Amino acid sequence: MPEITYRDAVQKAIADEMRLDDSIVFFGEDVAKAGGVFKVTPGIYEEFGAERVRDTPISEQAIIGTALGAAITGLRPIAELMFADFIPVAMDQIVNQVAKYRFMSGGQFTVPLTIRAAQGGGGGFGTQHSQCAESWLMNFPGLKVVAPATPLDMYSLLRAAIRDDNPVVVLEHKYLYTLKGEVPADASPGSIGEAKVVREGADLTVVALQLMLHRALEVADKLADEGINLEVIDLRAVAPLDSETILRSVMKTNRLLMVEESPRQGGWGASVASMIADRGIYHLDAPIKRVNMENSLIAYSPVLEDEIIPNAGKIEKAVRDLLAED
Amino acid sequence: MTTDSIARLDRDARLKALNTMTTIRLAEEEIQNLFMANLVRGTTHLAIGQEACSAGVAQALRPGDSMTCTYRGHGHALALGMTLRAMMAEMMGKASGACKGRGGSMHMTDQSIGLLGANAIVGAQLPIAMGAALTAQIKGSGAIAVVFFGDGATNIGVFHESLNMASVWKLPVLFICENNLYGEYSPVRATTPIDDLAERAAAYGMPGVIVDGQDIEAVYSATLAAAERARAGDGPSLLELKTYRYRGHSRADTGPYRAPGELDEWLKRDPIDLLLGRMIAAGEIDQAEYDEMRGAIEKAVVEAIEWAQAEPFPELEAADDYVYYPG
Ligand SMILES: Cc1ncc(C[n+]2csc(CCOP(=O)(O)OP(=O)(O)O)c2C)c(N)n1
Ligand SMILES: [Mg+2]
Repeated sequence: MPEITYRDAVQKAIADEMRLDDSIVFFGEDVAKAGGVFKVTPGIYEEFGAERVRDTPISEQAIIGTALGAAITGLRPIAELMFADFIPVAMDQIVNQVAKYRFMSGGQFTVPLTIRAAQGGGGGFGTQHSQCAESWLMNFPGLKVVAPATPLDMYSLLRAAIRDDNPVVVLEHKYLYTLKGEVPADASPGSIGEAKVVREGADLTVVALQLMLHRALEVADKLADEGINLEVIDLRAVAPLDSETILRSVMKTNRLLMVEESPRQGGWGASVASMIADRGIYHLDAPIKRVNMENSLIAYSPVLEDEIIPNAGKIEKAVRDLLAED
Repeated sequence: MTTDSIARLDRDARLKALNTMTTIRLAEEEIQNLFMANLVRGTTHLAIGQEACSAGVAQALRPGDSMTCTYRGHGHALALGMTLRAMMAEMMGKASGACKGRGGSMHMTDQSIGLLGANAIVGAQLPIAMGAALTAQIKGSGAIAVVFFGDGATNIGVFHESLNMASVWKLPVLFICENNLYGEYSPVRATTPIDDLAERAAAYGMPGVIVDGQDIEAVYSATLAAAERARAGDGPSLLELKTYRYRGHSRADTGPYRAPGELDEWLKRDPIDLLLGRMIAAGEIDQAEYDEMRGAIEKAVVEAIEWAQAEPFPELEAADDYVYYPG
C-alpha cells in the first residue's frame, strides 16, 4: 500500500474529486499558482485550469460569500482560508450565512460547500497563527466540522466533505502535514460524524483529535508496558458529535479523559462531558477529566508554547490521577 | 458618469412597471398595518418611496438571472415575481410562506424566481450574489446576478472586498446601491465623506453610474446597459440609485431625524406619480384606468392577507427541519 503524507492526502482528495465532478471549483489566497502557502495544493491549478482554480484577493468574507453563492446555484466550491486563525475574519459569512442559508430559506437550498483551513500550534507561529478552530465552530447548527488526524482520514473525510450537500469545515493540522500513512489507491470517502476507536483498552477512555490524538497514543504505548490499557478514540469530527461511540467506550472503561488543544472554557470536551453526565454518569467510576490548554494563549517562546499545549507528560499524569480515583 | 440617454419604455412595459410599483406600495402599506396589529413579529423595513429601484432593476432582468437583497426587501421580492400569498404567509410565519416560516420579513427568498435571499446582515449579500455570478461565468450561461444594498452598506468591509474581487474576476454582477440618504437614523452625510457613492467604483476599476432612483425608466435603462456590459464579459458595475424612503427605518420609527421639509420635497417626485403623470401625458392611461388597476391590486393584497391568516403555522415537530440536508 502506498504511503503518503497528510499534506499529499489533501492534494489527492481535491484532485480525485475534481476529476470526477466538473462542478467543483477551488479558490483561496495563493492556492492556485503558488500551490498554497503550506504547499498543500501543488498541481491542482495546472491540471484543472484558471477557470476552476483561482487565486483570490486577501478578502476572507468575499471568499466565503462567493463560495456560498456559487454553492446554492450549482457549483460545488472548495474555499481555503489558509490559517484557521483567519476564520474569525469571515465569521459572519460562516455563521450567519453559510450555516443558516438552507434553514432560513425553508429548505430551498442545499449548500455543498467545503471550507478548508490549517490549524494548530507547536510550530512557533505565535498567538495569531496557532489556534484550533473546531470548538469555535461547533456552536453553529448547519455546519459540519471535521478535524482528521491521519493521512487516510484526511483523504477520505475531505472527499466526503466535498461530496456532502451540507457545508463542511475541514481543519488540517499544520503539525501533521508531514505525517506519513497508508492510503489505499481505492480508499473511499469516509463518513463524517463517526468517531473511531483507534486503540482498544479496558481501563480508561481517552478522546482526542489531531495532534492530541497522537500524543495520547504515545502515552497509551508507554503505559501498556505497565499493564495499563487505554482505549483511545479519535473524535475526527465535532459536528456532528459521535456520542454513541464515546458512550459505548465509557460503559466499558468507566473512566473518561479528554485531551484538547484549545482553551478549557467552551471546548468540545465540555460538550462531551455534559453528554456523558447526562447519559452515562452511572457508568463512571471517577470524575470526568479534561487536559487542555488552561485559559491561556499560545506564546511564541518555545518553552512557553510547549508548556501551554498539552504534552505527553500532562496527559500521562491525568491518566494516572484518574486511575487512582475510586 | 451619469445616465444621459434614458430609454423610454413602451406602453405595455410602462403598464407593467406601474403595476409592480403600485403592488409594492399597497402591499407594504398593509404590511405596516399587520405589524401594528401584531400579526407580523419582530420588525419590518419598508421601501415605500423606493419602488422604482426594485421594479426598474427587476424589469431589466431575464429569466435565469439572480438577485440578493436586504431586509428592506419586500419590493425586490415582489418585483422579481414572488406571489403576494407566499410573501404574506411568510410575514405571518406560516407553513405556506416563501420560506415555510423560517425566514420572515427580512429573509424573503424564492429560488424558483432567482431570488437567492434577502439578508439581515448589512453587506453580507454582496459576495453571495458574486457566487451566483461565478456560477454563470463558469457555466457560460449568459446570466447575471444583481445585488441590492443601501448607502450605509458602502461603509462595511465586505462591500470593498466584494467590488474589488468581482472586478478582478470580471464577474457578471451588478452592484445596486439604493442611496436613500439614511442608514438607520444617521444621514449619509454624517457617516460618509462623499456625496456620490458611485465614486467608489473608480477605486475598483468599474463604472460607477448615478441614476435617478425615482424615475423607473432611468433605473431600467441604467440596469439594462450595465447588464449588457456584464453579459458581454466586461465585468461588474456599481449603480447608485438616488432615492428616499418615506417611512422610518423600521417598525414604528417616524423619522424625527429628517431635515424639515425634506420628505415633502421628495414626495413631489414620487416614483409612481412620476410614471403615471408621464403616461397620462402620453395618452397611455387615464386616471380612471389607473384607479381601476389600483383597486384590483388592493383587492389582491387583501385577498392574500386573508388567505395567509387562515393558513396553518408550521408543525412543531418540524422545528429542526432544514438545519442539515438529510441526504
Ligand atoms: C453588520 C450589521 N451591522 C448593523 C446592522 C444594523 N442595521 C440594520 S439596517 C442598518 C442601516 C443600513 O443602512 P443602509 O445600508 O443605508 O440601508 P437602508 O436600511 O437605508 O435600506 C443597520 C445599521 C446590521 N443589520 N448588520
Ligand atoms: Mg440607507
